[in-house]
Amino acid sequence: MNSPSFIQTQVLIIGGGVTGTALARDLALRGVDCILVEKDDINAGASGRNHGLLHSGARYVANDRDTAMECRSEGDILKRMAAQTIQDTGGYFVAVQGDDERYIADFPSYCKRSGISAQAVDLAAARALEPALSQRAIAVFEVPDASIDPFRLSLESMAHARSLGARLMRRTRVVGFERDGRQIRAVRVRIGADDVRIEAAQVVNAAGAWAREVALLAGAPIQMTYSKGTLLVTHTRLAGRVVNRLRPPSNADIMMPGGSVSIVGTTSTPVDGLDEIQPTTAEADLIVEEAARMLPALATMRFIRAFAGVRPLVGSAEVADGRAVSRGYALFGHEDQGLDNLATITGGKLTTCRLMAERAADLVCRRLGVTRPCLTATTPLPVAAECAWTAPGHSPRVWMRSHGLEDPLLCECEMVSGSAVDAIYAALRSAGDTPTLTDIGLRSRVGKGACQGAFCAVRTVAHLYQRGDFLASRGLAEIVDFIGERWRGQRAVLWGEQLAQAELMEALHCGLFAEELRGAESQGEASRDGGVPDAPRAAPAGEAPS
Amino acid sequence: MTDAARNTCDVAVIGAGMAGMAAALFAAERGLSCIQVGNAGGLLFASGLLDLLGVHPLAEARLWQSPYDALAALAREQPDHPLARVDASSIRTAFESFVTALGAAGLPYAPLGERNRNVLTSIGTIKSTFGVPRSMLAGVDALEARPPCLLVDFRGLREFSARQIVATLGRSWPGLRHERIAFPGCEAAPELYAAHLARALEAGETRARTIDLVQPLLGSARALGFPAVLGLARASAVHAAFEAGLGLPVFEIPTMPTSVPGLRLLGALEAAVSARGVRRRQQAAVRALTFDADGATATLELEGMARGDGGEQVRARAVVLATGRFMGRGLTADRGQVRESILGLPVHQPASREAWHQRDFLAPSGHAINSAGLRVDDAWRPLDAGGKPAWPRLFAVGSILAHQDWMRSKCGSGLAIATAWSAIEQVARELRGTAPG
Repeated sequence: MNSPSFIQTQVLIIGGGVTGTALARDLALRGVDCILVEKDDINAGASGRNHGLLHSGARYVANDRDTAMECRSEGDILKRMAAQTIQDTGGYFVAVQGDDERYIADFPSYCKRSGISAQAVDLAAARALEPALSQRAIAVFEVPDASIDPFRLSLESMAHARSLGARLMRRTRVVGFERDGRQIRAVRVRIGADDVRIEAAQVVNAAGAWAREVALLAGAPIQMTYSKGTLLVTHTRLAGRVVNRLRPPSNADIMMPGGSVSIVGTTSTPVDGLDEIQPTTAEADLIVEEAARMLPALATMRFIRAFAGVRPLVGSAEVADGRAVSRGYALFGHEDQGLDNLATITGGKLTTCRLMAERAADLVCRRLGVTRPCLTATTPLPVAAECAWTAPGHSPRVWMRSHGLEDPLLCECEMVSGSAVDAIYAALRSAGDTPTLTDIGLRSRVGKGACQGAFCAVRTVAHLYQRGDFLASRGLAEIVDFIGERWRGQRAVLWGEQLAQAELMEALHCGLFAEELRGAESQGEASRDGGVPDAPRAAPAGEAPS
Repeated sequence: MTDAARNTCDVAVIGAGMAGMAAALFAAERGLSCIQVGNAGGLLFASGLLDLLGVHPLAEARLWQSPYDALAALAREQPDHPLARVDASSIRTAFESFVTALGAAGLPYAPLGERNRNVLTSIGTIKSTFGVPRSMLAGVDALEARPPCLLVDFRGLREFSARQIVATLGRSWPGLRHERIAFPGCEAAPELYAAHLARALEAGETRARTIDLVQPLLGSARALGFPAVLGLARASAVHAAFEAGLGLPVFEIPTMPTSVPGLRLLGALEAAVSARGVRRRQQAAVRALTFDADGATATLELEGMARGDGGEQVRARAVVLATGRFMGRGLTADRGQVRESILGLPVHQPASREAWHQRDFLAPSGHAINSAGLRVDDAWRPLDAGGKPAWPRLFAVGSILAHQDWMRSKCGSGLAIATAWSAIEQVARELRGTAPG
């Protein structure tokens, strides 16, 4: 059944974000065979480009009560069932002078109505616990917000699903649907240059922001808008708790603790397409200026990175401001569009991903005649050792315990050692993958510190060569890819100290290693010595990961 | 020497990177008394390779075999580039003078010649450069002739994998092999630091044990490459001992900063300027720089960087600004703009931060921010907002200058050495016949 061009399964899931991976786990727990195809890698879209905030729901109490209550109950479930991915930091809602007094006054009752705990905190006490808060703060409430690691959540959900028989196909893009009346008979996917047909009884489109494209490809268009959100990463952590601005949702009103850093954002800009979604300098400026009203130290803080994601919002294209569109999720059965075995689950939030997966799985199981109930609300997510490396502080702890001859530190900013890289490599390898440096970066803290990969990329590649994992000139292409990706996240925040850091990175990778000249030919007068040797400059493009 | 005399000089050089060191060296060689302010730690980031000009124009990524042909093209096509404003014979003289001083300080370079040379880097790329340390020269020859060649590295030196270089180059260099050994005396260390190895190899016994470990691995190799760790202050002797002990040409491969060749350069340049009587204020920074009303004398208010180091005043008849870019702190940037750090001189720069950097890190044309910097007149005097020299005796050299991208052009050392030479020539001309202040 596993011939190279033809695969069968009960359910094909399209999209490897938090929803798709949660769905794979949900179905696997119900004994349903499934394959997840992902065009890039786990959490490559909005699932990997967000605050990492497990909402208490308090943010939505005034204008989106359903979402608020869903967040509350789902937050409670995840705190119990996926505790290893969560830091229960608690959160503050903080109003500063000039903020809407009426909203502040109504906030506790809004929270109460949605069943969300919101305790007023004395201003002096709040500032004693979070010294970064502005002297101009006029009200502080404590809510049960928490921090969640979306990478670990998705990686562990997928690992659990795989242990139950689910299959993951990374770097596999859906290119077509074969329809037969009201049925999708097969989905055509492309892996590298090869096309493969996947026959599934049910197909679930969980492609996040790409759900519109996938649905269109299936001949069942849905209405979705895109809202781009940008976030900034500070060099050092500024607060222990989640800090929210106490006002109706707007720009730059959340700062999350994220290990040794803080993550500040977001913005909300309507965008038409999904190409070239990169943070801009204007967005970075807006975030710094706005968030500094609540946390003044941000005005002079060093930032090491910016990133942008696209929120998939289900609703009319007429809505101008993305924030006015519900953050609720949408589940489409597509029967009204003449399809009986396609479902689309999109919209929603990181916090509600488990619920979204449950609802999609319920629909699919009903269609398949599977009666087993959802188990994800009551089954703890198993800890998978190979998925733990995304957590800040995990690699240093392991390294400190096992520091031995064969375990050099490869990333000094985040203290990622050779054994961590080896474990991640081996886990990917055992699943039949060819791991890249970028894959390792996604599953660890490599490249996440102040140097943004300038040094650790070089050491990690040297390590992989030494183990015999990398061959030919592939390593150079991988360094170029990895540094290039890190760069796109840096350019919006390059001023002050981080600009000097970026200059050092360029001095190393361009000034010394001349990576930008790979492929260039020596010019000038007739060459006596044959010019520049071919091999290293001409890193074969085909060896770069797609 | 009285306090006043101790703190008075012909020329004050601010900065102790490549350009500041070159300026201090050339000033002293011309008989100008010189005080140099600033820490030389930035030199640790140098590779030891002395680039002159490798690539022009950037957008075409065109590599040149002759840096002097490249300079001629640059002068025609990009006349505002600082290197386009120094004539070739001055550049030749400046480079000769610079490497001669390094050689005398115990850091010999290969004879300069007229051509760029290809050097193998630690990640297996090829870097085109001009001035090559003597200890790397056999690598240039080996890379060209590609004889049977062995690369040896050390377990625990994390940024260097000989196996990586062989894998990367192997197809075009069939006789290239790699071996890894444990560094004598550090067999159990998970991480080794290049500087530590370099220091250890200055001891005869460690060297002999290393040679013994490598000897049986040589096979048919006709050249032997190591990461650049063969000695520090006595690198020359260490290198010679390896060649004598193993009986074949031995070369070093430059590594990631902070590197041993950078440390050697730092040591040699400090020795060279000190030997020529340059008074160094290494632990000081310039808090304020003012000129007398007639512009003939400058006063530098220094502040100690070390705790308890009191302030000090230096009087100079001319000032050379060699403070570098962002890494060197000569330029600083906030979200809005780039500023010159000491005097707030106007900085030529892109209109907004969005234009500073391209989205593609390796975009061939480079990032616009890298061409930001000080604009100068023909005598290297920074211009004020009105386009006139800000002060008659204030000069600027090195990477702080506008209209250049040294990292992409492979011209960092060339920029430092050539502009320092030319600016010191102007300083000497300016001060000639005037009494010391």
